[in-house]
Amino acid sequence: MKNLVILGAGTGGTIVANGAAKRLPKDWSVTVIDPDVQHLYQPGLLFLPFGIYDESKLWRKRAQTLQKRVQWLQARIDSVDVDRKEVIAGSTRVPYDLLVVASGSRIRPDLTEGMLEGDWQKRAFDFYTFQGAKKLRQALSSFTEGRLVVNVVDMPIKCPVAPLEFLFLADAHFRNRGIRDRVDLVYATPLDSAFTKPACSRVLGSILDEHGIRLETEFNAGAVDSEKHVLRSWDEREISYDLLVTIPTHSGAAFIEASALGNDSGFVPTDKQTLLAKGHSDIFVIGDATDVPASKAGSVAHFEGEILLENLVQVARGESPSHSFDGHTNCSIETGDRKAILIDFNYDVEPLPGTYPLPVVGPMALLKESVINHIGKLAFRWLYWNILLPARPFPVSNRMSMAGKHALIPAPKPA
Amino acid sequence: MPLRTYAGQSLSVNEEGFLSDSAQWTPAVAEEIAKESGLIPLKEKHWQVITFCREDAAREGQPPGVRRIAKLSGVGMKELYELFPKGPGKLAARIAGLPKPTGCI
Repeated sequence: MKNLVILGAGTGGTIVANGAAKRLPKDWSVTVIDPDVQHLYQPGLLFLPFGIYDESKLWRKRAQTLQKRVQWLQARIDSVDVDRKEVIAGSTRVPYDLLVVASGSRIRPDLTEGMLEGDWQKRAFDFYTFQGAKKLRQALSSFTEGRLVVNVVDMPIKCPVAPLEFLFLADAHFRNRGIRDRVDLVYATPLDSAFTKPACSRVLGSILDEHGIRLETEFNAGAVDSEKHVLRSWDEREISYDLLVTIPTHSGAAFIEASALGNDSGFVPTDKQTLLAKGHSDIFVIGDATDVPASKAGSVAHFEGEILLENLVQVARGESPSHSFDGHTNCSIETGDRKAILIDFNYDVEPLPGTYPLPVVGPMALLKESVINHIGKLAFRWLYWNILLPARPFPVSNRMSMAGKHALIPAPKPA
Repeated sequence: MPLRTYAGQSLSVNEEGFLSDSAQWTPAVAEEIAKESGLIPLKEKHWQVITFCREDAAREGQPPGVRRIAKLSGVGMKELYELFPKGPGKLAARIAGLPKPTGCI
């Protein structure tokens, strides 16, 4: 018997476990190691602070999300011994022939000076954890006036559009409560514009403007001062807040550092095409745990999953992996008032306007606000539980398609 | 691609002034790019950062972001902002002849 061991049963790990259970020959066992008894629908955390989602809808029992053939070991992973090909989880040693690292990313508020002091979970919140998002819901509902600052401490972060979506939803939330004129919304980002991709930045930047949200760029937060309620940058700029919504620095799982598998942020150096860990022929990496230059987002883990499974089956047969991930990312960006923008891009092609997933008829519009896009986002939760996690065939391609997209007219060249 | 003359050579740069080919970089080029940002003369600490950035980029295949520089170059965050005002990651990369650090997406 040979062993496939998957570290982490989030979006990527669950897709790989269920997909491998269907595709690997009978002489392989499939084991996934994860300490948590429940699977959290992470895209829902954005909606939780605004009371749009009922929290009970965010959870499923882990066991229900995994196929029968998959063995789930409920344990905390301590380290990986790559020489002996064993995973160490407490007193258990789990041998592997092939390993998949799917341990995601986590927020590290402890890495910013003062962030965990007085204001933490009183005036300063995150919404990247269930507890954080829940506490923020209380704070938001009792917020009646003042300045709300959303700050990204450092890139990369999980779901890079989520901070912007949070602001758009906050704008709508305060408008609906009739107090928008008493609330000042500020977005402080270390980037030099609203987003990293230029075409998208222009569209999102103008939506920020329309919604009266102030943009503070190249703001590298260095400290939170809980006494003065001030966020301070390394170049001594200060932004005072009444409510701070922080997206703290992210890092990979602790066991990656303990196993010397990661870079200085704890993400695993990964071949961006085969998804093998660099320097290893028996370790694959998926989703947020990688260092590939794609968004840390569920859609990326999903599209990677298809490629990884093809390559995994080849390696299990003793062949070289021949399938290549193109960086395909698909994000739906909530802009408030039941509208959303859809963007679709890869390593080389930035988000373009057009229709998705089919040319002309769509029905979803790319790089443009529409109600259909928002309905698509809400409907996605069903797809997530019933199609995506069980690794059933998904109605859209894992490779990015140019069909239905319009090339942007290039800027005029200087004479 | 626009061209700019640095240290007597005509070099191709992108819209934001980053060298297109980091192999064309020389210390003299660095001095002149730094001059455009009002950083003259480059001090020993500047060079420590520039050298780290070039070595790290050669190893990693991408330019280091500001937090990585602060963690590994021996020059701390506070000092980086004094040496390379406003955006140390971007400015150090430009002077070191490297592409703009994207910080990923």
